[in-house]
Amino acid sequence: MTATPVSPSEPEIGRARRRKEDARLVTGRTRWTDNMSLPGMVHLAVLRSPVAHARISAVDTTEARRMPGVHEVVTGADLAERQGSMPCAWPVTPDMKTPYAPALAVEEVHFAGEAVAMVAARSAAEARDALDAIDVDYEDREVVLDIEAAARDDSPLVHEELGTNRSATWTFDSAEAGTGGDVEQALRDAEIRLDRTFRQQRLIPAFMEPRSVLVDPTGEQYTVWSSTQVPHILRTMMAMTLGVGEHKIRVIAPDVGGGFGGKLQVTPEEMLTFLMAERLGRPVKWTESRSETMVSGHHGRDQVQRLSLAARADGTVTGLKVDLLADMGAYLRLIAPGIPVLGALMFNAIYKFDSYRFTCTNVFTTKTPTDAYRGAGRPEATFAIERMMDELAAELDMDPLEVRRRNWINHDEFPFDTVAGLTYDSGNYEAATDRAVEMFGYQQLRDEQLRRRQRGDTVQLGIGVSTFTEMCGLAPSRVFGSLSYGAGGWEHSQVRVLPTGKVEVVTGTSPHGQGHVTAWSQLVADRLGVPFEDVEVLHGDTQSSPRGLDTYGSRSLAVGGVAAVRAADRVIDKARSIAAHLLECSEQDLDFSAGRFSVRGTDRGMELTEVALAAFTAHDLPEGVEPNLDAEVSHDPENFSFPHGTHLCAAEVDTETGRVRIRSYVCVDDVGTVVNPLVVEGQVHGGLAQGIAQALYEEAVHDEDGTLTTATLADYLVPSAVDLPEFHTDRTETEATSNPIGVKGVGEAGTIASTPAVVNAVVDALRPYGVTDVRMPCSPQRVWRALSGARASSATAAESGGGLGSVDPDQAFPTGGDR
Amino acid sequence: MPRITVDVDGTTYTDDVSPRTLLVQYLREQLGKVGTVVGCDTSNCGACTVHLDGQSVKSCSVLAVQADGHEVTTIEALARDGRLHPVQRAFHDNHALQCGFCTPGMIMQALDLLAEDPEPDDERIREGLEGNLCRCTGYQNIVRAVREASRQMRPGAGPAMEHSGRTPAPRASTEQADTRVTGGQS
Repeated sequence: MTATPVSPSEPEIGRARRRKEDARLVTGRTRWTDNMSLPGMVHLAVLRSPVAHARISAVDTTEARRMPGVHEVVTGADLAERQGSMPCAWPVTPDMKTPYAPALAVEEVHFAGEAVAMVAARSAAEARDALDAIDVDYEDREVVLDIEAAARDDSPLVHEELGTNRSATWTFDSAEAGTGGDVEQALRDAEIRLDRTFRQQRLIPAFMEPRSVLVDPTGEQYTVWSSTQVPHILRTMMAMTLGVGEHKIRVIAPDVGGGFGGKLQVTPEEMLTFLMAERLGRPVKWTESRSETMVSGHHGRDQVQRLSLAARADGTVTGLKVDLLADMGAYLRLIAPGIPVLGALMFNAIYKFDSYRFTCTNVFTTKTPTDAYRGAGRPEATFAIERMMDELAAELDMDPLEVRRRNWINHDEFPFDTVAGLTYDSGNYEAATDRAVEMFGYQQLRDEQLRRRQRGDTVQLGIGVSTFTEMCGLAPSRVFGSLSYGAGGWEHSQVRVLPTGKVEVVTGTSPHGQGHVTAWSQLVADRLGVPFEDVEVLHGDTQSSPRGLDTYGSRSLAVGGVAAVRAADRVIDKARSIAAHLLECSEQDLDFSAGRFSVRGTDRGMELTEVALAAFTAHDLPEGVEPNLDAEVSHDPENFSFPHGTHLCAAEVDTETGRVRIRSYVCVDDVGTVVNPLVVEGQVHGGLAQGIAQALYEEAVHDEDGTLTTATLADYLVPSAVDLPEFHTDRTETEATSNPIGVKGVGEAGTIASTPAVVNAVVDALRPYGVTDVRMPCSPQRVWRALSGARASSATAAESGGGLGSVDPDQAFPTGGDR
Repeated sequence: MPRITVDVDGTTYTDDVSPRTLLVQYLREQLGKVGTVVGCDTSNCGACTVHLDGQSVKSCSVLAVQADGHEVTTIEALARDGRLHPVQRAFHDNHALQCGFCTPGMIMQALDLLAEDPEPDDERIREGLEGNLCRCTGYQNIVRAVREASRQMRPGAGPAMEHSGRTPAPRASTEQADTRVTGGQS
């Protein structure tokens, strides 16, 4: 939008282009789903269960039907034969237990917030009013809240018909897989053995735009607008779940206000809005309130992690055993069972462990279902191993950076086959760490830490280290297949050169803030030698972008961006044959550069624009060449990509109040080739904010009845501008070898590494007091309790200290009691 | 139903509204001013921030009837003749938005902050934006943008400049004259 003067020869890749997307967003010219209105549209409101586990003994809708403006009231019983069961696409084991998951509860509710009835009315207000007039009788059943208790045989059951709360147990063993040794042997032989349990608290994605769905049944196809990350997946799943022809559904993801995995879902409300529109034959829109988001949109994380680590006295790790419990909540949502499995391949992180065993049991509780949240399994894994590496350093009285150096893969050892069975293609952990240490002023901060310790300062300084790598670019389809995932991991793109030389790029990725329109424009402009402004990117509509697998898992650039680049290359190939024909030379004699075909050794040539016009007029094309310059590619990567980085956090911990203040945060990430440094830095910032929020502020807390007590943004502490520090970021660039442009992925990096860096800093500050762990979020309450009851820290309040982020803890908890 | 007369972004509207209608609902549902959005129902997120007689308010915590006889300015009135307001431009230049959902409220709050304190330091900026949540950016680039906007706006660029009624105030920044809103279109 701003015309920064640039030389035409400057490559687009690597340029800090300001985003094309912004022009509309900063002026309020937006297309959020809730902005849309259609003729004849009615509004849907959903009644939700206030109790966590109960049989529905009666539902009386008589009164609601008589309310003004009400068109229709529907209960689960009305839909029992029609609604099907919400899909789960990742059966991690052949014997996985999957409960029936109706969009609208029929006989029983299994979490507080589950939909039990819905009303369509003239206005949203009238629809909500009518909800109050619906009478539901609930017969309470026992709630199942604690994940460890739920996993035991004597626990009350969430789903009686399954006979157990354990959905599946997934195992990986390096000795069995042939990728390493026997971890039990390593633990027996260990000179140092560490056993630790960490708790990954339950989080809420808390995207800013509440979810909204609009379904128009008045066309030949049903048109579904949804605030979703996954329009393509939604279309297929909706067709399969409701038994509607896939060709009869068009899904549009218009402007989508953030997702972070929270909109990587096929939701009950999408089905319900569809079914209401089908029933009424007129457009129906549902938009949730924030409280509905919090109780019914899926949650993330929520694992108990037990780790045993074997090491030699010199700090070399010889084995790692991981035993997880993962809380699925009440039902298995779209990819929930596979989230811990994504982490399974990452616990060995950047290190050369000899042996590794991973076991995860997925457990049902009567709480909101969980699923992907930024990082999805990988932050959990990284947190656990990076906390362990710090524990090992403390045990050996060794610098935490030194422990990592002794164990990590050196830059000259790539490609490296890991103990978890992946092949890391490239990386340079030394370079990223050296740069981070230099930016951070590591030694000066260690000196200051020592001084504060020596003088018994009430404010102690802690230094937290975290390295990380993640597998992104989800994913090679064959790997997804081997993990029993229900789909592939390819991505699709079409590049079209219009008669006037302007270019359309169709992508199957579906951005919701990532800036794909800008970045894909840069990629294709470079490839075709056309101006950045001449490229339009089309996405998020199954009609204009018919094939794709959408946006999540840091996959868009590494898979979808590469698809666009390859499609552009095919356009050039196609244009080359036309140009050769028109220039009367052989294709081999043509060079293509900066948008122009030149006949080698002559001054003759043709612009791509001229070739496009020639293709369009089709007056003189070579034999067998079709009259267009369009090309498409479905790209299936051969391997994941493996970004990595080193994060360092200095935190001041007030030992009298428990308050944590991040004094300095430095990260050096290696995300491969950078297409747009501005966008990359923005992704890192946002990721850091979410990772730090897990460490210090956020937790979804349920009371003893299973009611979510953090169901508003007043109680669930999404950090504000005053709660976060200034970040100091830099990059190293080691190109990925698994794709032609060397990109890796950046969406999740910041989130993955920052949580352990912050918690390691907090614990580091408190180690002289005998504190070895502080459960997340490290609220003033938790820190203070860890200090006052040192060594009992992991037994502090099961309920959250969340809600204290920017509040003076002395005021809030004068006696340190649980809330 | 009470009848209200409100000036919104320079147009006068007279409407019957139900007493419980929130200002943001009135703007979005009755006037089609969908540039202002709703992010929560507890006035925590600030996405719905607009100006009421030149002061920022969360329009989810104001009743439409309370706006009777007053002047409302939304994000939609800031750019004029296709030219961005300096704060909008600073958000764009500094990549201070990703999904953009919080952006209208964030910009309206930033304007209020700058009206109150034309040269805020970073800490003051962070405090001034505390009531507006962003989930994408980690705030760093937002702070940067507000800092830059403060440099580009002449002192006194407060509420008076936002009034978009019949007597348009002179715009503050010379920057505005040469920034066209094109969305990457040439």
